[in-house]
Amino acid sequence: MQNETVFEAYGLTRTYQVGDTEVQALRGIDLKLYRKELVVLLGASGSGKSTLLNILGGLDLPTYGQVMYAGNDLVKASERELTAYRRYHVGFVFQFYNLIPSLTARENVAVVTEIARNPMTPEEALGIVHLTDRMDHFPAQLSGGEQQRVAIARAIAKRPAVLLCDEPTGALDSNTGIIVLQALERVNLELGTTTVVITHNAVIGSMADRIIHLSDGRIISIKKMPVELRRRI
Amino acid sequence: MKVLTLKLLRDLWRLRSQSLAISIVIASGIATYIMSVSTLNALQRTRAAVYTEYRFSDIFTSLKRAPERELQRIKAIPGVKDAESRVIASVRMQVAGFSDPVIGKLVSIPSNSDPVMNALYMRKGRRPEPGKEEVLLSEPFANAHQLQPGDHITAIINGHRESLRISGIALSPEYIYNLGPGAMFPDDKRFGILWMDRHILATAYDMDGAFNDVVLKLDNSVNPKQVMENLDRLLDKYGGAGAYPRKDQQSHHFLNQEFRGLETMAILFPVIFLGVAAFLLNVVMTRLINTEREQIAVFKAFGYSNFRVALHYLWLVMIITAMGVTAGLLLGYWLGNGLGNLYMNFFHFPYLDYRLDISTVLIAFVISFIAAITGTLHAVYRAASLPPAEAMHPEPPASYHESLFERTGIKRFLSQPTRMILRHMGRKPVKTGFTVLGIAMAGAIVMLGNFQGDAIDYMLHVQFNLAQREDLTVTFTQPTSRKAQYELASLPGVAYAEPFRYAPVRLHFRQQHRRTTLQGFESHSDLHRVLNTQLQPFTLPSRGIVLNDYLAQLLGARTGDRVTVEILSGRRPKLEVEVIAIVEEMLGIPAYMHLDALNRLLGEGDAIDGVFLDIDQQQQDKIYRELRDMPGVAGITIKEAAVQSAHDTMGDTILIFTFINTLLATGIAFGVIYNSVRIAYSERSRELASLRVLGFRHSEVAYILLGELAFLTLIAIPPGFMIGKLLCSIIATEMASDLYRIPLIIEPASYGFSATVVLVSAIISSLIIWQKLKRLDLVTALKTRE
Repeated sequence: MQNETVFEAYGLTRTYQVGDTEVQALRGIDLKLYRKELVVLLGASGSGKSTLLNILGGLDLPTYGQVMYAGNDLVKASERELTAYRRYHVGFVFQFYNLIPSLTARENVAVVTEIARNPMTPEEALGIVHLTDRMDHFPAQLSGGEQQRVAIARAIAKRPAVLLCDEPTGALDSNTGIIVLQALERVNLELGTTTVVITHNAVIGSMADRIIHLSDGRIISIKKMPVELRRRI
Repeated sequence: MKVLTLKLLRDLWRLRSQSLAISIVIASGIATYIMSVSTLNALQRTRAAVYTEYRFSDIFTSLKRAPERELQRIKAIPGVKDAESRVIASVRMQVAGFSDPVIGKLVSIPSNSDPVMNALYMRKGRRPEPGKEEVLLSEPFANAHQLQPGDHITAIINGHRESLRISGIALSPEYIYNLGPGAMFPDDKRFGILWMDRHILATAYDMDGAFNDVVLKLDNSVNPKQVMENLDRLLDKYGGAGAYPRKDQQSHHFLNQEFRGLETMAILFPVIFLGVAAFLLNVVMTRLINTEREQIAVFKAFGYSNFRVALHYLWLVMIITAMGVTAGLLLGYWLGNGLGNLYMNFFHFPYLDYRLDISTVLIAFVISFIAAITGTLHAVYRAASLPPAEAMHPEPPASYHESLFERTGIKRFLSQPTRMILRHMGRKPVKTGFTVLGIAMAGAIVMLGNFQGDAIDYMLHVQFNLAQREDLTVTFTQPTSRKAQYELASLPGVAYAEPFRYAPVRLHFRQQHRRTTLQGFESHSDLHRVLNTQLQPFTLPSRGIVLNDYLAQLLGARTGDRVTVEILSGRRPKLEVEVIAIVEEMLGIPAYMHLDALNRLLGEGDAIDGVFLDIDQQQQDKIYRELRDMPGVAGITIKEAAVQSAHDTMGDTILIFTFINTLLATGIAFGVIYNSVRIAYSERSRELASLRVLGFRHSEVAYILLGELAFLTLIAIPPGFMIGKLLCSIIATEMASDLYRIPLIIEPASYGFSATVVLVSAIISSLIIWQKLKRLDLVTALKTRE
């Protein structure tokens, strides 16, 4: 395990121009992510977690540095190639779910399966997050936790190589948060999807393979969790 | 600067493209309003001023011949303030370098003083010298032939060819709108007014010490009807043709009709334009305030009053409105001034009193602000009345349902994006309905612009290709025997000739009466035909009278009714005649009889007033020359020229007006469509960004937004056609007059043009949104909640 590399990033730097001041979001990050592992990104607000995740997801480009995904440099990819990358290889889960309010749970998943290659069926994906019985409800008829589980189903239905989650439990109470995390863990174990999660939720730390700590745009520690210490939640 | 003021300015800047689109719509509405109203006011004011300044008469009448001493008796009629006798004659003329027949109307002016009434505005030159064969020319006629004082023209006066020196060029309140005998539209090249010294004119026409025309000025608050009856009684034995008041005077009447047309449009167009603008403001403000919920809550939490918050948003609306109104005022003033000058030349006013009244400007502001504020009040009220705690919560996800359409089982064939489109439209059916209505209205106004062109083309086609098929109309100086018809038919180049008899009449039915021309044709008339409703030739029955439908409507008479025909010439008989049929026609209000029946009625034997000719075009100039030299010929009307002058007349007035409106309607179409898609973009950018993140391509995301726009645009086109047709029928009904009725004819090309304007506006709006979608900020969309 952990021998096959999915992402390799070297010297990632990201600078934003905010008014007259330059903000350094990332200051030279080197990182490798491996197949099937579950990585948690920790760090204070402004430490660069989201920027890193956005760059890995093809939503943002680094100012300097290189990000290799399966041998391709994302930095050199065109807009079209980045869209294809997001379409076929990456799954996203957001803090505010970002479901399409006009589509039912099943259809929100179908939005992705209709354009993916070799996806699972929407029903299958919703089964993994235990929402089979709520499939035909619209987002307005679902609780926050249920909405987030639909979002997870939507993210995994394409069988992505990597699942990127930006504070998936941030808008949920702790009990609901745990149900969502269980769904993420289940996906990671059953499908072997490389999963990167930004969170402040302490529970998830115990289920990660590695915990990467960022501060001020730099990685300050990478804690590897031995298999025997990991706790099922 | 206060914080709220600062916020206001920034909001305006943020909403600049939408504000601009709304301002364009308001500006279009106001410009139409200002243009129409100011032009109308200017024309009416100018006419009133010209009438007063140049002493336009109140009562008019013509007669065969009365001795001058009768004028004293006319002046003595109670209520008459002043009277002036004149000699008026119709002459054939020749203008160098112009081979077509030309008719002139010679009007006498006093030898040594100004006319008591209908004074002349001297544009160039001077009055004719007493005792000299000089004339003043009406300006339009002079302009049409580029004649100057000092030039000469030839007139055939009482059978003698006379060369007349032009002493000056003038305008008269009596001939603001000039129509030749029997003409439907002004033709300044072939008809003109000439003023001549009374003495010279009277001598030439054997009217020395006599007159054949008289005009009156009445005391205020006098019943003109009483005066006219007295006048008619007095002139009866002198062959009086019946007195008529100013409202029936040709030039005045035509002006009234034109003004009425303008008035209709001055009301209709701004109402539609401003209605659409109010709708747009409502939609934009509702949306804006939805996005401002949290900010409003914060302001209120800090202790700002509802009033203060509401005022803040009202200011926003009022600034946008004020920008629109100001732009509209300037544009409207500019267009109105241009249009007014066009009309001034068209109607031959000596000057134009064009100014923008304060009241018009105030009304423009009031109308716009009422439209804008009522459009906005609801949204602002919602914003101001929200409890802060509630407002600070994000809005819950919007609830959606399957659309009706999907429930038919068609759903499984629809992709998710297509379902999104259907459900989004179905969620707010009222709003969707209004968007469709807005687009439909825009299409409808565009149709209005073309409609009048279409209708006029159709009207002229029916009139000149189906009904009046003759090439020439030759009118005789007096009723003549049938021999004249055969004589003309035998001229080289003439293929066929058909006789006619025209009699000026007053038709009475119950309380109603109308002056018109009773036209007599033969029943097998082939050149000049009366048409039935199916546009098939109508055979005139040997007895009874046939009425034009509009005339029948004015009189309230139906088939089978007996109307009283009062002939206004000759022995002036008065008889009851049965209405045999009613025919539908778009021009004029003529009545028809069989030629023989009319002759029986007139009791002057088997006479004709002229003939219609079908000629060989190759020989037309030769025929014109022959006719010109015939003493019994009073005038020749060329159909080609009549068609041309009809086109020119309508082209100059109605069509220019509607062309400008079409341009403004195009602005509206764009304003509505751009705003609806721009709002949809703002409301849904987060959703679309999410889809982009999930791997949707730019084009796939654009489909969701633009597919909806395409759908709304396409379904708006048929109701647009229907509303357009309805508006056209309103215009047609409102503008119907005894001069012409605009038929409700809309060519396929006009439907096509309306649809094209709407589609092109949609495509341009789509391209703008397409570009915006390219710059969609994916990261921010994910970080913010609804």
